[in-house]
Amino acid sequence: MPDHLSALQLILSGDPALLAIVRLSLGVSLAAVALASAIGMPLGALLALTHFRGRAVLVVLLNAMMGLPPVVVGLALYLLLSRAGPLGELGILFTPTAMVIAQTVLIVPIIAALTRQTVEDLWVEYHDELRAMNVGALGRMTTLLWDARFSLLTALLAGFGRAAAEVGAVMIVGGNIAGFTRTMTTTVALETSKGNLPLAMGVGAILIVIVLAINAAAWGTRVWSQRVTG
Amino acid sequence: MAFRRPFLALAMLLGIALVSSTSSAEDRSIVVASTTSTQDSGLFGYLLPLFKAKTGIDVKVIAQGTGQALDTGRRGDADVVFVHAKPQEERFVADGFGVKRFDVMYNDFVLIGPKSDPAGVKGKDIATALKAIEAKGAPFVSRGDRSGTHAAELALWIIAGIDVASAKAAWYREIGQGMGAALNTASAMNAYVLSDRGTWIAFKNRGDLDVVVEGDKRLFNQYGVMLVNPEKYPSVKKELGQTFVDWLISPEGQVAIAGYKIDGQQLFFPDAAKKPD
Repeated sequence: MPDHLSALQLILSGDPALLAIVRLSLGVSLAAVALASAIGMPLGALLALTHFRGRAVLVVLLNAMMGLPPVVVGLALYLLLSRAGPLGELGILFTPTAMVIAQTVLIVPIIAALTRQTVEDLWVEYHDELRAMNVGALGRMTTLLWDARFSLLTALLAGFGRAAAEVGAVMIVGGNIAGFTRTMTTTVALETSKGNLPLAMGVGAILIVIVLAINAAAWGTRVWSQRVTG
Repeated sequence: MAFRRPFLALAMLLGIALVSSTSSAEDRSIVVASTTSTQDSGLFGYLLPLFKAKTGIDVKVIAQGTGQALDTGRRGDADVVFVHAKPQEERFVADGFGVKRFDVMYNDFVLIGPKSDPAGVKGKDIATALKAIEAKGAPFVSRGDRSGTHAAELALWIIAGIDVASAKAAWYREIGQGMGAALNTASAMNAYVLSDRGTWIAFKNRGDLDVVVEGDKRLFNQYGVMLVNPEKYPSVKKELGQTFVDWLISPEGQVAIAGYKIDGQQLFFPDAAKKPD
């Protein structure tokens, strides 16, 4: 990106390098949220509705994993995906794919843990009714997930927020390659290191505005669909 | 589920579309592990479009400290390594991780410090200057990240006869970060710091800092390039990587390097034409 321009000028002029960075950031984070939801929501619901020895340990573990340090996740994946590591054959280190995997690992616990709590709370309310209607395990899970959908949106947004704001893991497994694996957060880190503080701050502001816009859109969707479905 | 599934599917599709559209044309590309100085100085931003126009090859640069960049090569995660710490590079080649090392260019290190120069080092030779900093206990920021500049700095302390490692003095602050971050820190603390000249010239957040010592022969900073050994790692893109190495040391690449200027100042001086090692 040209150094002499402010971030605002870059957006207004539709700077292709900046647009590519924004696009990649959103793409990686959205893909990670989608993957993590597909894994985390059923997992959370299952954990909410089943009882077995050691379940409490698993719940505590899952809650604790919401605080997984991104750098450590990045480093662990780096060692796995490196050519010298066990999954080196895949050749996906320093690609957006590796970044999606890293962020998915980081946000599965968030989505699963929040889903678990939400579904468990709802289960208390629905318990007698579903029992009386003789609904099977799978039916219970889907019913509860569906009826908790508006609360679960918050879990998705929490996951998205974590993914979009994260820098440590994507820096390590992505390599911050210009035009290929450079996201908004790694751009902020890079421009800061170049002493280009106004541009770094500007890109940071764009990131915050985008996250805000996505949250506003989610809120709007929720209000709208609540009105439609009652 | 009627709400959740379409949302997820949409997010997934959108995500995949965004990710894949940015990773197309992946075939003719190489990964180069290089230093923060070559990136933070803007050299790659200038050179790579020229190389791409000539060969059509995309160069993906991972900017790390020299120690880490060599490590990335040692793990087979880069095709080419382009760094500046000759003894470490020679060991890299001797250990069979690199094919052959070529000199590419040089610039020099400069000692940066507050304009007020509290340790009174201005214009002195580097050894005397470091002794004065130690004697005065003036704050000094060290990269502390096994980079080429860090290695050069440690060698200069030894030349000055000062054992900073065991001194553990409060004025000596290891930050474990790249060149730009070290300059930001020095700027905030009004401390002395050793920098390569390229990063210094390109650096924008100078605050009250200026060059205080330069021109000492011991401040010479040589850059070298080498292809990662395809015999160790068959995944190395041998032809494309070698094309990049050859271009850097070719007359055309050398002229391009000499042509990179900021405010009329040349940042790197090509020297591949010298006798090979």
